[in-house]
Amino acid sequence: MALLEIRDVVKTFGDFTAVNHVSLSVEAGEFFTLLGPSGCGKTTLLRMLAGFEQPDSGEILLDGKNMAGVPPEKRPVHTVFQSYALFPHMTVAQNIAFPLKMAGVAAAEIPKRVNKVLEDVRLQQFARRYPHELSGGQRQRVAIARALVNRPRLLLLDEPLSALDAKLREQMQIELINLQKEVGITFVYVTHDQGEALALSHRIAVMNSGQVEQLDAPETIYSYPKSRFVADFIGQCNLLDATIVEIGSERMKVEIAGVGVAEALPVAGAQIGGKGTLTLRPEKIKLGAALPADDANEVHFKGKVHDCLYLGDVTIYMVELDNGMLVETMLPNSASGKAKFFDDDDLVELAWRYDAGHFVLA
Amino acid sequence: MNNRLAKWLISGPPLLYLLLFFAIPSAIMAFAAFRFPGDYGGLLPLVEVNPETGAREVLINFGNYADFLTWENFQRFFEEPIYIELFLKSFWYAGITTGVCIVLAYPLAWLIARSSKKTRDLLVLMVILPFWSNFLIRVYAWMIILGPQSYFSQVLNRVLAVFGIEPVSLLFSQFAVIIGLVYVHLPFMVLPLYANLEKHDMALLDAAQDLGANAWQRFWKVTWPLSLPGVWAGTALVFIPALGMFAIPDLLGGTNSMMIGNLIKQQFLDSRDWPFGSVLSIMLTLSVLLMAAIAAWAGSRGKAKK
Ligand SMILES: Nc1ncnc2c1ncn2[C@@H]1O[C@H](COP(=O)(O)OP(=O)(O)OP(=O)(O)O)[C@@H](O)[C@H]1O
Ligand SMILES: [Mg+2]
Repeated sequence: MALLEIRDVVKTFGDFTAVNHVSLSVEAGEFFTLLGPSGCGKTTLLRMLAGFEQPDSGEILLDGKNMAGVPPEKRPVHTVFQSYALFPHMTVAQNIAFPLKMAGVAAAEIPKRVNKVLEDVRLQQFARRYPHELSGGQRQRVAIARALVNRPRLLLLDEPLSALDAKLREQMQIELINLQKEVGITFVYVTHDQGEALALSHRIAVMNSGQVEQLDAPETIYSYPKSRFVADFIGQCNLLDATIVEIGSERMKVEIAGVGVAEALPVAGAQIGGKGTLTLRPEKIKLGAALPADDANEVHFKGKVHDCLYLGDVTIYMVELDNGMLVETMLPNSASGKAKFFDDDDLVELAWRYDAGHFVLA
Repeated sequence: MNNRLAKWLISGPPLLYLLLFFAIPSAIMAFAAFRFPGDYGGLLPLVEVNPETGAREVLINFGNYADFLTWENFQRFFEEPIYIELFLKSFWYAGITTGVCIVLAYPLAWLIARSSKKTRDLLVLMVILPFWSNFLIRVYAWMIILGPQSYFSQVLNRVLAVFGIEPVSLLFSQFAVIIGLVYVHLPFMVLPLYANLEKHDMALLDAAQDLGANAWQRFWKVTWPLSLPGVWAGTALVFIPALGMFAIPDLLGGTNSMMIGNLIKQQFLDSRDWPFGSVLSIMLTLSVLLMAAIAAWAGSRGKAKK
């Protein structure tokens, strides 16, 4: 049985539906992420798990127990707040001891437990400091330590890294993964940063305006987005409007208007004449002055370089197809001495394998 | 250089004001505490004007200063227990007033701080509204409310009669004095508390609840300790003025509800014993300073222990 079950939960504010019939389950020990753009209802869903909001309908089960009417202080669920919400009048050690005291842990036991978790987040020497005497990353770790110390069944994290700079964020991501492995507590993590979600999670629920659009492992979400929204939201993606012209068992043919016919993996519910979007990641497209046309698994198109974007490790080339459509491609700058392979207005060829793209029905 | 000039220009006028109207008078009063009262009240003069020549003549010198300066006024303060008792009683009144003000003001300040921006301004306005009418008028109003003829007293006494309790006279009692003191000082407790509570981060209460604290624990572990600066500010604003208050005991109090303020006023205006009045004033100031020092010391010790 799953540790957490969310069944058909709805939450409205006035006539605005913030969470719209969400159902999902989270297994014990999982690092589960709710990913979505700002305002899609991630925090609202998290607050319902913590008990600060009550669902209008549907139910939330933790360990099989219905959480309806259980107040936040009675749930075995702790939250790492986006603002950290450390108690400014308590030292680091007192902050971390707080949940233990509230739970009535024996006074003699408390320092031991506090020290143990301080060790886990590598903050032993800061035990006697006050929150305002810590850096952002250190405060973050205190907030996590405080939420972990009483070993909740579920740890909720609401964009915990969003206040940190890019470098520190990356470091904290690694620490979070390791910490989660070490303590073995189930994490439900909220973020609007797709890179973070892909890097951290065992599974991701992509949310859009109160609904779950796709729930899968990171690789699946990235390679096989189920909707145009997911493809667009996760990473860079070319979205080519296309119509199905032929359906086979292994592959199907789709027509990109004004460009030509491409091949793709068949999708459920496909019909001849069905319209949709061919989603294609830039790094899966081959680019060259002239590409050999001997692979039957590849489709070929001609184009013209419209813009180049030099990023250091790679260069992004925006290639204009016959119909004026722009396709984003990239080449690693691995060749010695060379930083750019093409210039604006160079004529180029594009190619991709039939299984590189993924067709989503409109 | 310019910066320093600007600093002096800005802080100069208020400093001068404080020097002229606080430091110098305090020094004069401190000196007066060591002098003798004059034959017709006031102070025994140190300088005499010769009626014939009009020349000023300084009477005090190194040989006869004992005829002009004395410890006697201070001795009198410490030797007659009535004065210390009066001090203790005044501290007691001011302390009760402060305590009642905290208990009454805290929920009100909390309510104001938690209401919407619009109602908040309205409520703050209502708290300071009484200041728009004269202090004495408001105290006289209490004389009427607590007086034996008022509906309030009559209804109260009827209710008491039902329980077989003798009618009480509210006015001219310690009770009336405390009511008056609380009434006058309540806004000075509400405002600093409100200013403090309004700044509290609500996320802290969510965090406390999330970590297992019930409503009672959330208040005592989070809200209350974080509001202490407001409580202290309000305490200073209520306790110190309440300690020196004389109008309210005069108007609402009975014969035994006199406070230090009344005694000081009596010394200066009625008995015209300025030296002893000065002694009382100085002792009042010193005792307030001593209390503040003890509070500061206790505060810093409390922090160091954590
Ligand atoms: N208490 C509330 N009253 C009214 N509307 C609310 C309330 N809380 C949230 N909402 C609305 O519900 C929607 C979802 O809010 P939520 O905070 O869950 O978004 P989010 O996905 O966490 O976004 P972000 O990434 O910006 O934090 C928003 O449009 C928000 O305006
Ligand atoms: Mg949010």
